[in-house]
This record gives sequence, C-alpha cells and structure tokens, in this order.
Amino acid sequence: MTSLTEKRAPRTQPETRKIRGKVHLREHLMGWLFVGPFGIVFLAFLIAPLAYALYLSLFQKKLIGGTSFVLFDNYVKAFTDPSFLSGAWFVIRFSLVSIPLQIVLALALALILDSVTTLFARFSRLMIFLPYAIPTVIGAVMWGFLYSRGFGPLTDIFGLFGATAPDFLSSDLIFYGLLNVVTWQWAGYYMIILYAALQGVDPTLYEAARMDGAGRWQIATRIKIPLIAPALILILVFSLIGTLQFFNEPQILRYLAAGAIGSDFTPNMYAYQQAFSLANFNYGSAISFALGGLVFICVYAFLFFTRKRRSFL
Amino acid sequence: MKRRRILATVAMLAAGTGLVACSSDEGGSDASNCTNTITKQNVPVVTMWGWYPNTQLVVDNFNKQHDDVQVCWTNVGQGSDEYDKFQTAISAGTGAPDVIMVEADRIPTFQIQGALVDIKQYGFDAVKANYSEGAWKDVSVGDKVYGVPVDGGPVAMIYRKDIFDKYKITPPKTWAEYEQAAQKVKDAGGPLFGDLGANVPALTMALQIQKGASPFTYDPAQPKAIGVKLNDQASKDVLDYWGGLAKKGLVGTQNQFTPEYISGVINGNYATYISAAWAPGYLTGAGVGKGQDTGKFAVAPLPQWDPANPVQVNWGGSAFSVTKQAKKPELAAKVAYGLYADKESLTDGWTNQIIFPLNLTALKDPALVDLKVAFFNGQQANKEVYLPAAEAYKGVAYAPFGQYYLDAMEKQVSEIIKGSVTGSQAADRLQEDVAKYAKEQGFTVQ
Repeated sequence: MTSLTEKRAPRTQPETRKIRGKVHLREHLMGWLFVGPFGIVFLAFLIAPLAYALYLSLFQKKLIGGTSFVLFDNYVKAFTDPSFLSGAWFVIRFSLVSIPLQIVLALALALILDSVTTLFARFSRLMIFLPYAIPTVIGAVMWGFLYSRGFGPLTDIFGLFGATAPDFLSSDLIFYGLLNVVTWQWAGYYMIILYAALQGVDPTLYEAARMDGAGRWQIATRIKIPLIAPALILILVFSLIGTLQFFNEPQILRYLAAGAIGSDFTPNMYAYQQAFSLANFNYGSAISFALGGLVFICVYAFLFFTRKRRSFL
Repeated sequence: MKRRRILATVAMLAAGTGLVACSSDEGGSDASNCTNTITKQNVPVVTMWGWYPNTQLVVDNFNKQHDDVQVCWTNVGQGSDEYDKFQTAISAGTGAPDVIMVEADRIPTFQIQGALVDIKQYGFDAVKANYSEGAWKDVSVGDKVYGVPVDGGPVAMIYRKDIFDKYKITPPKTWAEYEQAAQKVKDAGGPLFGDLGANVPALTMALQIQKGASPFTYDPAQPKAIGVKLNDQASKDVLDYWGGLAKKGLVGTQNQFTPEYISGVINGNYATYISAAWAPGYLTGAGVGKGQDTGKFAVAPLPQWDPANPVQVNWGGSAFSVTKQAKKPELAAKVAYGLYADKESLTDGWTNQIIFPLNLTALKDPALVDLKVAFFNGQQANKEVYLPAAEAYKGVAYAPFGQYYLDAMEKQVSEIIKGSVTGSQAADRLQEDVAKYAKEQGFTVQ
C-alpha cells in the first residue's frame, strides 16, 4: 500500500515546488484537515487506551491498602505466574500446529481452484469460504454441539461401527477440537487471499513455462508459489497474531467442555478474567502488554527470517 | 477551493459531534432502556438488575402497587455474567444500577469494595420480623445489613424414581450408602449415580461445610485479618470422596446447567442430582420434566456424614442490595425491601419452584407447606424435605474475595476430574493459592 503512494508522490512534487508559500501552507492545512478525522479516532481509540493500559499496568490495587505505584512488579509477576506461562506456551504450541496446517490447506485449495475453471470450482470456492462468513461465536457454539456426546452426531456415527466417539471437549482432545474449529473457520479466508493473489499473476508466465517444458506440478511449485510468497507471508503474520491472541473459541467452548478449558487457558482469557471478573485491571493490563510483547517478538522473529520476501510491508 | 474547505470543516465537525454523542452514553444505569414497560409517568425511577425467571411479573406487580416509585429492570445475565458487569461498573465508578440482585455469598466481596449501601437506616425495623435471623445473617457484614433476603437454597437430593425402582434401591441416608447405591447401580449396568461439576464451586463448598469445614473466618471489625482454612480434614475428605466417586466411574464429571448436562438429566443418565430448592424451576425452564421424563423425579433429604448429627446446607439464594451508585439510596432501599415481597409475586415464585422464599409469611402459608409439587409428581417436597432443611440451616461466613475463591475452587475441581490430583492434594493447592491471593490483597492470613 505505502509503496504505491510513495511512487506517486514525486510526480506531483515539481508542480507544487514552483508555487510555494501561501498555497503550500493552505495545502498543508487541508492535509491536516483530511487526516484530522482519522487522527482523532486513531488517538482516541488506539493510542489513548494503549497508554492508559500501560499506565494501569504499573500500579497495584489491593482490597486492603488501596492503590500503589509498583513499576514493573506486575510484569515480574506475570512472567513467573504459571497461569500466564502455561497459557502462553499453549498458544505458541497451538500456533506451531494450526498455522502450517491452515496455510498448507489454504494453499492447496487455492492452487486447485486456480487451475480448474468449471462452475463447480466457483461453487466450491464459495462453500470453502463460507465458514469465515459465520460469526466466530456461532461457529464455536455449533461445533460445541457437534462434539457433544449427549446429542451430537459423533456418538451415532461411531456407534454404527460399534466404536466409542472421541470426546473432543475432554482435556485430552480439546487441542484437536479447537484446532478443527479454527482451521474450519480460517482456511477458507486464507484460501481467498491466496486465490486473489494467484489471479493477479500474469498468465503469460505459465505459457512461457509450458513452452520450456514445465509440467503442472512444476508451474505450481516454481512459479505460482514464489510469486504469491508476499501474500503467504501476509496471512502467516495475520494468523500468528490471531492465534497468539486466541480468545473467542475457547471462551465459548468453556461452558460446554467440562473443566477442560480453565479461565487461564490462553493469556487473553486470563487477562479478561483478571480484569473483568476479579477487578484486577492492573494485572490484567500487565498481562495484555506482556502478551503484546510476546506477539511482537514472534512476529519480528518471523519477519526477520523471511526478510527477503517482505515486499508487502 | 473555498467551498471545499468549508465542506471539509463541516464534515470534521460532524465527525467530532458524532464522537461526543458516543461518549455521553452511560450504558447500564440508563433508565431509558428497561426490559419492562413503565406506565406511570413523572414518577422517580429506580434501576434494577436481576435474573429470576419471573422477574417481569415481580417488577410489574411492584410498579402496579406503588405510585411514588417505579422500577426499571434489565436482565444483564445470570450469576457470574451479572457480577462481572457489576464489578466493572464498580471499578469504573459509573454504570451500576440502583438495586441489584446478588447471591448472599457475593455480598462481602462487593461490600469490602464499598459498593453496597447499609440499608439498616432505611426502614429495616419495619420488615425485620418478615425474615429469620439466619436469613439476615447471610446478607449482613458485621452488624450492617447489605441486602434484603429473597430466596434461599436448601440443598437436597433430587433423584429419578424410575431408576431407583428399577435397581431396587431406596434413597441413601448417608454418603456411605450413597456410594454403595452408586456401586450397585453401576454393577447392574445402570446409569451414573450423580455428577461432580467443576462449574458449581459454591455447591462443593456447601458440601464441605456439611462435614464441618469452615472455609473463612472474617470479622469486619478487624478488616485486615482473615482466617483461611481450605485444607482441613473435612474439606479434604469431601473432595476425596467425590474425586473417588468420579475415578470409579460412579458419577459423571459434566459441567452443570449446560445443554449437555440437561440432556443427560432428561435422558436419565444421572440417578441423582444434589442441588438446591430452586433447581426444579430452572430445570423446568430448561425443558426437564416435560417429555419422556414427566413425573419421574422425586426428592429426598441430603445424605449425611453422621446421621446422628445431621447438618443442612445452603446453595445460592439471593437478595436485593442497594448500590453506592444509587442517587437516591432511600428510594432504592424502598424498592429493595418491597420487590419480590408481595404475596402475589412470592406465590408465583414458590408454586413454580423458581424460588424457595425466605419471607416468613410465605413460609408459613399452608398452601406452600402442603404444596404437591408437580415436578416431583405430587410429592409434598416442601413439607418433607425443603422446609426442615431450611430451618436447620445455620448460616455461613463468606469470604470478602468470594469470586477469586470460587474460581480457584473451580480450577482445582477440574484438576480432580482430569485425575491429575487427588482431592486432598487439590485442597492443599487451593489453600496455598487462596492464602497467597489474600496476602497479595493486603490481608493478614491466619
């Protein structure tokens, strides 16, 4: 996005350079006026809450003794708190499994749909994308019911073969239960992004490749995937940030999964519990910031290792 | 150019006023978005949060009977959902209602934060005689009164008569008999005998209290000191007992009040349900006792540890409290005293088993005493079970950080269910966890 505007900017500069002074000032003002609405919203709804949360995280409020300034004590507590650490470890493990799975699935689907152009392909594209159009909460509740041993279909299906249905809401299998919900919901969305990127590739390249004797498989791996690498990295970063901030699905399934999902299951859920259930806004803010730090480190590390292809930023 | 600039300025101003308009919305305590319709105009309005299934009727009754004040009711969720919102409003200093429905065990938690008003000065003497001393004790902190009792939750054993008949068992009188009966049903290939739910920590606490545990000792005259005793022998025994039942596969480990659990209750997957007197109303609301399971339920007194010295316990039960954010506390107190205290509302409550009233007039009403409860297939549940249980209940001292304690309990019961700790270990961990929290909060733990 930014690269586009940067390229255009020099073109207009020589014209304005001639008539500096009053006009320049006026344009300056106009610019601020146009940026203004966005700036106000940006400051009011992003910077101010962040600053306030940071401020909160430096204090400690006790039932007896009131509020006191403790500097980084809350952060020290967070990084020695087994609840926060186990939650953070869970989302990292979950990212390591769920993101590659989703991306591979989305990429495979996008490549297939890109090379097939029948009516059925268009229908499939819509169907694969559909789960993303279903609100997360409803999706989670729906899967909760599908997993249910009492009235879900799994019990009946496995019963046909005389087997016991796996309980995806038990503490042993909840990881896979959530993995399935998340993949179901997001793979289609990532597929659409990759598909759009594939549509943007110049078809003459394929023609040239075929002339040189490349097969379908070679075109896919040697031409298509390298060319959509920026889009791949984009969705990787999206999914990394999203998964580290995991909240909706486990929070909803909590009520259906007996004891398998605690209130400190993920760092975000733990921050929510601290702030809104225990009125410990200070510690909740500290956890949020600590999680923010974790996300930053993970994303930075990822971008560092893939820096050659980082053309979308 | 000039016109464009004017347009831009106008657009900006419009955006600005839009923002201002957003920020002036006060949310929860707003009297303009009531669930009920207030018909009387120009009368002061008191806002209220509550979740009784028949709140609409209760509020309408109150509004009909009063010309000097009207109630504006909102249901912001049941139990924890409401407490979380109230807690946030307390922290924010705005957004709380004038009157709020709270369970008695939460009152100290909100009171210590200065969120509730002592209503003793606003007409306490006039209604004092309407409730038992035990009922007042549960809503008081020290000698100050922070709520008006509405209903209690004497705990008993609801059971499936059809299952008991099929496996030829009689209602167990002790917990030892309960386990034997459970084993007998299991050996005969029958369903689970009960349920150990992680999400009902207040019930687990009540069952520990039955064996003689007293989790907290707190004297508001010395607000800095608190006694925390969560891993005494009685507490351990009860957790070990239920952990053992779960491990042997005699009871289920499903979260209660979930669709999964309710469908299990309807299907007859649980032979018993240890629960409070208000449970039938909530179960009926969830669809229990209406289809294939009509008339199959009965109720018996709670099994005992020592039948020679029976102990009765309480789960839930709630009150109306006046919040510090009420602009006219006296008017709010009038609502708290008067709401759900009229005969019509109470009768609706107890005939549908939505509440087990604490109002003595209602409790002495022969119609309540002799009521043949439809859910229990005509059994006189009040006379046989609930009234004696309520009378024998002695009251409990609750923690001023009840939310944390109950969350921590839920976590430990989950661990027991997972099988990663025994009941005794869970009790030790709970003690450690809660004592640490209490110290963090500035208390001296004894």
